[in-house]
Amino acid sequence: MRKTTALIMLLASALGHAAAEGDAAPLFTLPSLDDSEVYSLAPGKIIYLDFWASWCAPCRASFPEVIALQNSMGSDRFEVIAVTVDENRAAAIKFLRHYDVPYQILSDPEGVVAGQYALPGMPTSFVIDQKGSISLRHSGFKPGDMSSIRLHIQELLEAPL
Amino acid sequence: MKVLLIRSLFLGYLLSLTGCESVQPWERGRLAKPEMQLSEGLNSPLYHQVYDSKEASSGGSGAAGAGCGCN
Repeated sequence: MRKTTALIMLLASALGHAAAEGDAAPLFTLPSLDDSEVYSLAPGKIIYLDFWASWCAPCRASFPEVIALQNSMGSDRFEVIAVTVDENRAAAIKFLRHYDVPYQILSDPEGVVAGQYALPGMPTSFVIDQKGSISLRHSGFKPGDMSSIRLHIQELLEAPL
Repeated sequence: MKVLLIRSLFLGYLLSLTGCESVQPWERGRLAKPEMQLSEGLNSPLYHQVYDSKEASSGGSGAAGAGCGCN
């Protein structure tokens, strides 16, 4: 019986699980969308990690609010990192023509980092605290969602280190 | 235990025969491609060309949606 349980647990762990709140954020290195530089995730700042794609309608709704979030929070202790999972980079670049984006856009066309974070849906965003732990995971996007995310980030910024 | 293992492996083998593969949320852009449409598929442009010329009108045959994996 114990062996059966162990086998089931082994199979379950092999299937992987979505990166959850409290987990250490998987570290990664990705190129920027224009391939001009490489970014590596490292603890230090509070990071809003946003996975999006040009074919995802709610991503279009979330973009102006994420841009406003970065603009209002400043960049001293907070940073938005957006990762596009578009296989077609041109589609992502065309999508971005509609926005004045003040933060890094990285490209993950193979979905390697998306797989590491085991996204449950699109878009999915993570708030990563200064120590590199996932403090909030948000899947999907609808009007009003950003207020609770903003409040959470504000609390992190005000919390003593 | 051995029987259970053999049965599990056999079940896994049977499932692999179906050729089914789950599409991850970040891969769903592929479902939005024209060749992934359930009906007509790659013949769609030809079909619409013939239909439009016969009916002398076009449009009204599409539906919104982009294979989004959101909740």
